[in-house]
Amino acid sequence: MATGELNPNHYQAQRAAKVVEHYLNTRYGSPYRLLGLHRVHSGNAEDVEDSGRKYQLEISVQEIISNTTEKCSAEVLFPRGGQQRSPQVQASCEELLKINTTAQEEALYQQYKMTQSLLSAHNLPDSYGHIDPDMKPFWHLCIVASSFIMLNESSENTLYNMAQVANITQLATENHQLTFDCHVLLHEMVSQEIIHWKLLFTWSPPEGVKVQQMEQLPHCHDCEKPPNTN
Amino acid sequence: MLNRLRCTGLLSKVICLERNSATGTAALVSAAGADSIVRVRKNKKMEKSTIGFFVLVLTIVQISNSLVEGLESTQIYDYTKYHPMDEFGLQNPEGKEKKVIWMDCGIHAREWIAPAFCQWFVKEIVTSYKTNKKLEQMLQNLDVYVTPVINVDGYMYTWVNTNTRIWRKSRSTPPSGNSCLGVDLNRNFNANWGTVGVSFDSCANTYCGKEAGSEPEATAVMDFVGKMVKKTLCFLTIHSAGQLILLPYGHPQISAPNYDELVSVGKAAAAEMKKLHGMGYTVGTSPQILYPNSGSSRDWARLVGIPFSYTFELRDKGEFSFLLPEDQIKPACEEAYAGALSIITYVHDKAFNSGAIPSAAVSGVAMVMLSSFMVVFLTTGVLL
Repeated sequence: MATGELNPNHYQAQRAAKVVEHYLNTRYGSPYRLLGLHRVHSGNAEDVEDSGRKYQLEISVQEIISNTTEKCSAEVLFPRGGQQRSPQVQASCEELLKINTTAQEEALYQQYKMTQSLLSAHNLPDSYGHIDPDMKPFWHLCIVASSFIMLNESSENTLYNMAQVANITQLATENHQLTFDCHVLLHEMVSQEIIHWKLLFTWSPPEGVKVQQMEQLPHCHDCEKPPNTN
Repeated sequence: MLNRLRCTGLLSKVICLERNSATGTAALVSAAGADSIVRVRKNKKMEKSTIGFFVLVLTIVQISNSLVEGLESTQIYDYTKYHPMDEFGLQNPEGKEKKVIWMDCGIHAREWIAPAFCQWFVKEIVTSYKTNKKLEQMLQNLDVYVTPVINVDGYMYTWVNTNTRIWRKSRSTPPSGNSCLGVDLNRNFNANWGTVGVSFDSCANTYCGKEAGSEPEATAVMDFVGKMVKKTLCFLTIHSAGQLILLPYGHPQISAPNYDELVSVGKAAAAEMKKLHGMGYTVGTSPQILYPNSGSSRDWARLVGIPFSYTFELRDKGEFSFLLPEDQIKPACEEAYAGALSIITYVHDKAFNSGAIPSAAVSGVAMVMLSSFMVVFLTTGVLL
């Protein structure tokens, strides 16, 4: 494993930076704010005794919806040891928070809090990469919720993206939180596998996304239907 | 019974491929509202050349009537029959030593932008040579082979429904004792096979098969290209996603002797690609910028001696991955074309040491050029 200064375009820095993207989405993501890794400017890796490997990164992060970019510094610690633990991330991209999404979030919240019929959608995007504009905020929400899983599951040997929302179902609002059940397909680049996860999460403008339950679904090699379909 | 394959809507009139499961051949037919396959033929002089295996030559790109005017004749083929190469009028009136450019798409079934790009590439070449003198000149010296879909079975499977859309491998029956279908064709080529970046579990997405070249799709390429290695200038294999230009080799400890040149030519291509829509493509070996792997078509091509061999990983960088939205097809193809053309121009100029434009009459040049452009659909009886 490379130690010291890293080539910012090479896989080590890129994979660590992707972890930062997942972390930032868990912290700042919303139906109207979605963060993507734009570039890695520099990276440095070192072994930390008894802890693991620590990466220091200078990256640019893009807020995808408003298409604004910000430079951030971040640190990622991939733990070593018997017990499989998630990476620890420290990053601040304060400028991104200044993108005002309050009005849109509040409008969405009110619309779906009051609705008699609960939201249900599937295949976001569909096979042609298409997402209905009305469904895009829920696609974003599932990406944010998936980011909790992707962050947990990441290591120096993985690169995760959410490939598709198989389905999302709104459940009854509880404690002023919109509640959703979401079945997502995650793509892991190194193994090229598609991994199915089911998530139960809540969202409101003040609270953000909170994942209540997550469950990996069994690998189904030759499925005509996704596993555990209703 | 004809099994209709759905048609991608890249152009307004599309060619649809139908598979005749009874005879095991692929038939190209016209669909309602679409013109049929048009093969452009200049004159009847044939070169004697036959091939030892089943090659179905087709033009996926629809050439509408207005584009066809000025060309001598067109021929609609009955693709329920085998057609030897010489029937397609390979032209070489001066007996010039023509060099070869190879491009393949669709090794991985779910990477839909790749077959779309091969179609785009053909369309672009055929429609722009008249106004592009440099291209005109290059096509006098080059035979360009384009295979739009290597992994036919896998590709057809991804069209079945949204659950099959994410399939990557071929659809071959596993050897006994193994439970899952399909092999990762880009791990099956005879190039350090089975060494890194593979799984020996038939259920895994990087399953490399029971041995190198166990898969007919891979052997079809190796046999066909293998016969023209000495005159092949470059080998381009198109995938998605990631926005990368990968050079050989996939093994972290093996380096190509012309590594520096591969990098500089790759970087020049990436620069051309970025000019169009601002998209960045990273250049490097797979172990550097992606992951180690073995048994790839790119590595095989370089190992057998084709000096320039690249994997293009097209859009995007993870937002949609291989579910790339249709409104990105055109820009993705435009930038990929710029990159491919940059490499093709470089290898052409290197081989022919030229920059001069010939002064042949345009129509004469056109005759030679068109017939030197073939779209090759490789398959075997086993596949269909």
